[in-house]
Amino acid sequence: MSGNVDALFFYLVGVTIFFSVLISGMVIFFAIKYKRRTPFEIPRPIAGSLKLETMWTVVPFVIAMSMFVWGADVYFKQYRMPRDAMEVYVVGKQWMWKLQHATGQREINQLHIPVGRKVELIMTTEDVIHSFFIPEFRVKADVVPGKYTRLWFEATKSGTYHLFCAEYCGTNHSGMIGSIVVMEPADFDNWLSGGAGQQSPVAAGQNLFQNTLGCASCHGDNGQGGRGPALTNLLGSSVPIQGDGTVVADENYMRESILNPTAKLVAGYQPIMPTFQGQVSEEQLIQLIAYIKSLSPQRTSGITTTARPANTQANNNAPATQSSPAANSQNANTTTRHGGRSRQ
Amino acid sequence: MEETLATPSETPRVNYLNARYGLKSWLLTKDHKRIALLYLGGVSLFFLLGGIYAMLIRIELLTPKGDLFQSQTYNKVFTQHGIIMVFFFLIPAIPAVLGNFLVPIMIGAKDLAFPRINLLSWYIYMLGGILTIWALLSGGVDTGWTFYVPYSTNFSNTYVVLAGLGVFVSGFSSILTGLNFIVTIHTMRAPGMTWFRLPLFIWSHYATSLIMILGTPVIAITVLLVALERIAHIGIFDPRLGGDPVLFQHMFWFYSHPAVYIMILPSMGVISELIANFSRKNIFGYSFVAFSSIAIAVFGFLVWGHHMFVSSQSIYAGMIFSFLSFAVAIPSAVKVFNWSATLFRGSVSYDTPMLYGLGLIGLFLIGGMTGLFLAAIGLDVHVTDTYFVVAHFHYVMVGGTLMGYLGGLHYWWPKISGRMYPESWGRFAALIIFVGFNLTFFPQFVVGYMGMPRRYHAYPDIPIWQVLNVMSTAGATILGFGMLIPMVYLIWSMRYGRAASANPWALPGLEWRTSSPPPTENFTVTPVVTWEAYEFAPPEELKVIGKLEPRDRADYPPDYPAYTES
Amino acid sequence: MAEGHAITHEGAGAQREHHAHAALAHHFDNLEQQREAGTIGMWVFLVQEIMFFGGLFLAYTVYRWQFPAAFVAASNHLNVRLGATNTIVLIVSSLTMALAVYYAQTGSRRNQLIFLLVTMALGTTFLVIKGIEYYDKYRDHLIPGSLIPGRPFHWDTVQHPLPIGVSEHNLEMFFWIYFAMTGLHALHMIIGLGILAYLVYYAYKGRFTPEYHAPVEISGLYWHFVDIVWIFLFPLLYLLGRHLEH
Repeated sequence: MSGNVDALFFYLVGVTIFFSVLISGMVIFFAIKYKRRTPFEIPRPIAGSLKLETMWTVVPFVIAMSMFVWGADVYFKQYRMPRDAMEVYVVGKQWMWKLQHATGQREINQLHIPVGRKVELIMTTEDVIHSFFIPEFRVKADVVPGKYTRLWFEATKSGTYHLFCAEYCGTNHSGMIGSIVVMEPADFDNWLSGGAGQQSPVAAGQNLFQNTLGCASCHGDNGQGGRGPALTNLLGSSVPIQGDGTVVADENYMRESILNPTAKLVAGYQPIMPTFQGQVSEEQLIQLIAYIKSLSPQRTSGITTTARPANTQANNNAPATQSSPAANSQNANTTTRHGGRSRQ
Repeated sequence: MEETLATPSETPRVNYLNARYGLKSWLLTKDHKRIALLYLGGVSLFFLLGGIYAMLIRIELLTPKGDLFQSQTYNKVFTQHGIIMVFFFLIPAIPAVLGNFLVPIMIGAKDLAFPRINLLSWYIYMLGGILTIWALLSGGVDTGWTFYVPYSTNFSNTYVVLAGLGVFVSGFSSILTGLNFIVTIHTMRAPGMTWFRLPLFIWSHYATSLIMILGTPVIAITVLLVALERIAHIGIFDPRLGGDPVLFQHMFWFYSHPAVYIMILPSMGVISELIANFSRKNIFGYSFVAFSSIAIAVFGFLVWGHHMFVSSQSIYAGMIFSFLSFAVAIPSAVKVFNWSATLFRGSVSYDTPMLYGLGLIGLFLIGGMTGLFLAAIGLDVHVTDTYFVVAHFHYVMVGGTLMGYLGGLHYWWPKISGRMYPESWGRFAALIIFVGFNLTFFPQFVVGYMGMPRRYHAYPDIPIWQVLNVMSTAGATILGFGMLIPMVYLIWSMRYGRAASANPWALPGLEWRTSSPPPTENFTVTPVVTWEAYEFAPPEELKVIGKLEPRDRADYPPDYPAYTES
Repeated sequence: MAEGHAITHEGAGAQREHHAHAALAHHFDNLEQQREAGTIGMWVFLVQEIMFFGGLFLAYTVYRWQFPAAFVAASNHLNVRLGATNTIVLIVSSLTMALAVYYAQTGSRRNQLIFLLVTMALGTTFLVIKGIEYYDKYRDHLIPGSLIPGRPFHWDTVQHPLPIGVSEHNLEMFFWIYFAMTGLHALHMIIGLGILAYLVYYAYKGRFTPEYHAPVEISGLYWHFVDIVWIFLFPLLYLLGRHLEH
C-alpha cells in the first residue's frame, strides 16, 4: 500500500542527492581552486555558453518530466475509486471522526477494516475543513463542507495504524487523531457481527425517503419515478440535464440535487422540487444517498448489497455521536492511540 | 595607486545620514535611503517578534505532550509566527530595505519615481503591523497564517478581523513599493544604462514587482472578504449559502504561491550580485539569469493549485498544476547552474557576504529539490500538511530569503552605514547560522515523511519523532543565537565600525561609484554608464563620479584606496 | 536639494532643463520624464485595480454558474432603469473628463474648470442614484447578513414568490456579491471625486498649462477606469438572464 509512493520517494531522493553532491561539489571545488590570490586580480570574463545553458535546461526538464509522469501515475491510481470496495461513511467534526460501516456499525476515531479488502471512504464534515490522513498507507484527502470527497486504500498487513487530521481545524486539531485497526478477515467478520442490530445507512435512508421527507411521493416508493425522475440505476449513469449536456450522477450530484434541485435539472422535468437545504443533517444526507445508491444494485459494491433495506426498523434519527457499546467492547483489546483527546 | 591613496581626503562631509537631523527629518523624509532605514527598523522588529514565536514553538515540541501551552495558545503562537514572518518580514525584507536603498543608486537615479508614495508605503506597512500587533495584544488569532475558511469565518473565536485587516493594509505597502520599482526602472535609468547593463539585482526586483502588482490585490480582496464575512456573518465562502470554501483556497494561493517568489526572487538577485562580485567575474549567462527571473514570475502565477492536491479539486486540474510546477523548477535550476559556473576561473574571496552567498546555493538547492517532491502529485498526497512541507518552505524562505537578506545586508552595509562590520565576527556568525539552520530543519524532512502533521500542539509518543524534534529545537537554539550576533555587531558598527571607503570591495557597480554613505541625491552629477554589468576594471579606473566634498583625513580607512577623480 | 548642478555629460534628453519648471520634482531630469513616470505609474496602478476587482468577478462567475436560477431571480429585483441611467451618466462623465483633459492640454483654464465641475456633478449624480437603489434594497430587506444590525436579509415571498427549487440563501449570495462589487465601485467613485476636487482647486489656481498638465491626464485615466468597471458591472448584475423570465 505504501510501496508505490515509497518507490517514487526514493527515486526523488536519489536525484536530489545526485544533484546536491554534484553542485555543492562543484561550488566547493571552484571556491577552493579559484581562491583569490592577489587583491585586485581580474580574471578573464567568460560570457556564457549556449551549449551548456541548453544542456542544463533540457536535462532537468527531462528528469522533471519523468517525476511528473510517475507522480501522476501514482496519483491517478490513488484517486480512481475501485468498483468493488467496501464503503465506509465518514463525517468529520471538531474534533472527532465519526465513521459508519455500510452494515450499520458506528465508530468514533477508530476504523476497523479487514486485510486485503479495498476500502472506500465517502467523507464530509459538519463544520470546518479536516483532512483524513493515514501516514502508513500514504493516503490523505481533505474533508470539505458542502461536498463529498473520497479516499480508498487496501491494507496488506494487520495491525493498528495512526489516523491524523492533517488540515488545521481549530483548538484541538492535534487531538483529532485515532487509529485504523486492520484485522484478519475472519476477525473482522466476527467484529462486524458484534455490531448487528444497528440500522444500516441504507435502511435509515429508505426510512427518510419513504416516510420522513416524503421523497417517495414524487420519485416513487422504490425510486421508480413519477413526477420526479426515476432513481433506479442512477449511480454512475449519465443524466441529460435541462439546457444542454449531461452530468454523471455521483454522490456530489445527488447531494446537489437534494439541496439545490434546479442547479442541474433533469431534462424533461418541471422545476417543482423544493430545496432540502437546512432540513437534513449531513448524516441524513449520507443515508439518503446510500439508499439511492442501493437502487443501482449492479453498480454498488458487495457490502451494501448484503445489507438490503429489507429489515426496515423504527425511525431512529438519534444523533450519531455515540459509538455502539457492542462494537467497543468487542475491541477492548486493540490498542488505541488517540490519547491526545484527553490532553486539552 | 600610490597617487590615489594620497587623496583620501576627498570623501563627502555631507551625506544622506547627516544632511539633516531630528526625528522629523526621518519621519517626513522622502529620501529612499532613509525610508529604507525606516523599513530596516520595522522589519528587524517584526523579525525579532517572529523569532520569539518560533522559539516558543520549538520549545513546546521538545516533548510529545502539550505541556508548555494550552492547545489554543499554541495555535495562536504558530499563527502569529506565520503571519508576522510572512507578511511583515519575508515579503518586505529584501525589496523594502535593500531594494529601496539600492534600486535607484544601481541604475543611477536620484530617487525612486514617487518618493512620497514610497514614504506612504512605509506608513502603511507600519499601520498594518500595528493592527496585527493590536490583534496579538487583544488576545491573538488562531487561524494559521493561511486563514482557511470556514474556520476563519465561522468558527474561530479570536481576533481574525484585526489580523486580517493588518494583512490587507500591509498588502498595499507592497503594491506601492512594486509600483515604484517598475516605474523607476522603466523611466529613470541613467544615460547609457540599457536594460542589459542592469545588474541582476534590478532584474530580479523588476520580476518581484510584477508579482507584487498582479498578486497582492488578489489576497487583499480575499482577506477583505473573509473579514467582511466575519462581520456580517455571511459571505461568498460560506457553505450554508452554497458558497465554496475551496474557492477561498484558490484565491488565497493565487497570491500566496507567487508570494513565495516575492520572497525568493530578490534574494536570487542578491546572490547573483554576491557570486559575480566576490569572484570578480561577470555572471555566467547573464541573459539566462535575467530572463529566468521573469520566467519564474510568470510561471509562478500558474502553479497555485499544487497547494491543493488533496483539497478535492479535480484530478485533472491536479495533473496540470503538477506539470506546471515542474516547469517552474527549470528556471530556478538554470540560475543555480549559472551561479556555480560563474565561480569557474574566477577570483573567489571568502568575505562574509560571499559565505552567505555560497551557503545559500546549498540551502536553496535542497529547498528547491524538495519542492519537486511536493510537485510530484502522487507523493505530495502523502507529505502535504506534514513537517516535510514545513521543512521545505523553511529551506526556501529562511535558507533562501533570510540568507540572501543577511548576505546583502553585509555586502552593502558599508554603503548604507558608511562603516565596516567586523569581518571575523561576520564569518563566525555566518557559519553558526548555516549549521543551526540545517540542524533545525533537516530533521523535519524525516519526521514529516514519517507522517507528523504540521500545526500539531502535541504528537504521538513515538521515540524517533521526539528525537528528531529535539534535534530541531537544538538547531533552532543555535540558529537563534547565531542571529543575535549580526544584530549586535551591526548596531555596534554603526558607531564604532571602521569608516568605509566609497568602494571597499573594489567593484564596478554604480553603487560603488558614489561615496559611502551616498549624498542625498546619490550622485553629485548624473552618471553616464559606458560599461557592461560586472565589467571589472583595475581599481584606478573605478572612480567616484563627480567631485566630493572634503572630509577629515583621520576618518579614512587605511587599507583600501579611495578611487576618486583626481 | 535641486540647486542646479553642473552638467558634465552629453546625455541628450536627460539633461535637467536650465530653467526648471516649478512643478518639476527634484529627482527627475525634465518634465517629459516626470510625465512618463506618472503615466506608467497610473497604468501599473490600474493593472493592480483590475486584479483587485478580479477577485470579485471570479466569485461572481463561479456562483452564477452554480446557481443560475437564483441569480436570475435576484437580478430581476434590481432596478434596471436606474442602472441604465447610471450607465449613461457615467459614459457622459467620461466624455466630460476627456474634454477637461483636452482643455488642460490646450491651456483653457475656464473650459477646463467647467468640464471638471460637470464631471464632478455627474459623478455625484451617479452616487445619488446608487444611494436611491441601496435605499430600495434596505426597504425591501435585501441587505445580506447582519450588515444592518436588526434588519436581516429577508426575501418577500408574497410579493416575489421564490422560484421553486431556489433557496433564499442563494439569493442572499447574489445580493452579497452585488453589494460587494457595487460598494467597492462606489468607493472608487468617491475617491475619484476627491481627486477631481483636488484638480479643480489647482485648475482654479491656474497650475495646469499646455506644458504641465500630467495630473489631469493621469486622473483622467483613473476616472475612465472606474467607468469601465461599471460598464462591466451593469450587464453582469442587471441584465444577464433577464430575458429568461420575461
